[in-house]
Amino acid sequence: MKKSFFTLEHTRQLTEDIWELIFSGDTSAVTAPGQFVNVELPEKFLRRPISICDWTADSLTLLVKEAGEGTRQLVRFPSGTRFDVLSGLGNGFDLEQAGEHAILAGGGIGIAPLYGLARRMAERGHAPVVALGFRTKTDTFYLEEFSALGCRLLIATEDGSLGTKGFVTDCIRSLPECDYVLTCGPLPMLQAVHSLPQLKGGQFSFEARMGCGFGACMGCSVPTKGGYKRVCKDGPILDKEEIIW
Amino acid sequence: MVNLAVSLAGVTLKNPIIPASGTFGYGREYAELYDLNILGSFSWKGTTGQARLGNPQPRIAEMTGGMLNAVGLQNPGIDKVLSDEVPHIAEIFQGPVIANVGGFSVEEYAENCRKLEDVKQVRILEVNISCPNVHAGGKNFGCDPKAAAEVTKAVKAATNKPVFMKLTPNVTDITEIARACEDAGADGLCLINTLLGMRIDLKSRRPVIANRTGGVSGPAVFPVALRMVWDVYEAVNIPIIGCGGVSTAEDAVEMMLAGAAAVEVGAANLKDPYACKTIIETLPDVCQRLGVTNLSQLTGGAHHG
Repeated sequence: MKKSFFTLEHTRQLTEDIWELIFSGDTSAVTAPGQFVNVELPEKFLRRPISICDWTADSLTLLVKEAGEGTRQLVRFPSGTRFDVLSGLGNGFDLEQAGEHAILAGGGIGIAPLYGLARRMAERGHAPVVALGFRTKTDTFYLEEFSALGCRLLIATEDGSLGTKGFVTDCIRSLPECDYVLTCGPLPMLQAVHSLPQLKGGQFSFEARMGCGFGACMGCSVPTKGGYKRVCKDGPILDKEEIIW
Repeated sequence: MVNLAVSLAGVTLKNPIIPASGTFGYGREYAELYDLNILGSFSWKGTTGQARLGNPQPRIAEMTGGMLNAVGLQNPGIDKVLSDEVPHIAEIFQGPVIANVGGFSVEEYAENCRKLEDVKQVRILEVNISCPNVHAGGKNFGCDPKAAAEVTKAVKAATNKPVFMKLTPNVTDITEIARACEDAGADGLCLINTLLGMRIDLKSRRPVIANRTGGVSGPAVFPVALRMVWDVYEAVNIPIIGCGGVSTAEDAVEMMLAGAAAVEVGAANLKDPYACKTIIETLPDVCQRLGVTNLSQLTGGAHHG
């Protein structure tokens, strides 16, 4: 973990309520896709934990969904705004565990960390299959970005306006050889993915209301088969085998 | 040169800054960030006889100027702390440690304190009496002067270490509880614990925190804590650790002027993991600016006249 300042360089609106924010700053504390940053906002006491979408040595990309006051504020700052950020928080995805038949599955804003993950898998010579779920066509984002990595994309929308009508789980079912999943999304989606019998293993990224974001306050602890774990420090990625719903 | 050292019931701290219980775990997470030996002391996570899993999620809510938490005393239990945390603390911090102890009966408090008797690095016991008494229908020990005195007496009988009772602000008259603890033999007091509060989510129309209520902390409670330290300082003759909303070196000085011999820093650590380090580093400059050469002499300095 590192505490440092990041400067907002560029903001781009992707959908009605999802924005791409690109910052410049020192990302040396970021070690794995799936980690998150904790961003301090003016007039807010608690920082906002936000999943890292992608990073280079000196730039950081976050996809932010307007969910409340803080995130509404965050996506509207002008370029040049400086933020106090705790970076490199959480465990991140473990690429070594993902075998040949791994699939990346994301729902809504949960897609964000899968991009950085897919990019690193592609760089290792194997662009993964990516299943993305949205409510409707106008909610979709980052499809071109994933395609540009060479990923095979499977899209599901709840109303059938793009791709398969249904859910991300329907996409995974259509590929019976997939036996491992790296996933992030809303809790009901994670639970549905977890219950797919074809999966031998997987890594699931969880969200929580956090106090500190670095393991000190126990504000985000959840029960697992291996005892209580802190989503911020022991997670946000939990192994399929340890999850209790 | 400013002398930052203070004394708490015979225990010398090199400066008055102490991370507050529940915001600092057992030191592990912060030791990755800075050398904990700059701290006057630290108060470890409230520890009970048995391991506790704590409350359901969500446990955290935000508010203007602070936060609410209902962690529910999640801790590994005293035996695990003795076997796993105490040896590790000795590696990351060589100063005096304050052991925060919880309990759900008078006997449990005494037993937990007894188990700490041989831990040399624990120099002060901080007894959290904001716990429900399972033998009295869940009534909070800290809300009843008789129950607070009973815990104090039992703990004093179980240990030779200085005992500081940590008081809840959720009472009509905190000086009454403070006096009861002093009369029962407490060596000092720590105040305040969090203030009971709640938030409601406008969309779901349900409380934000699963436990419904939570403890309010952060800068917003500072004036409340300060006032209570002031009142208790006038009511008792034992040292006070001032706690509640302290975020800067100036806040620490103000807390000492109100009557605190040392100062705990809580929620500020969660917002800025380097909060205590920054306070300690800026304290000499703040003292110099105010013409203070011996920090311990500030305690109660606003009460004259």
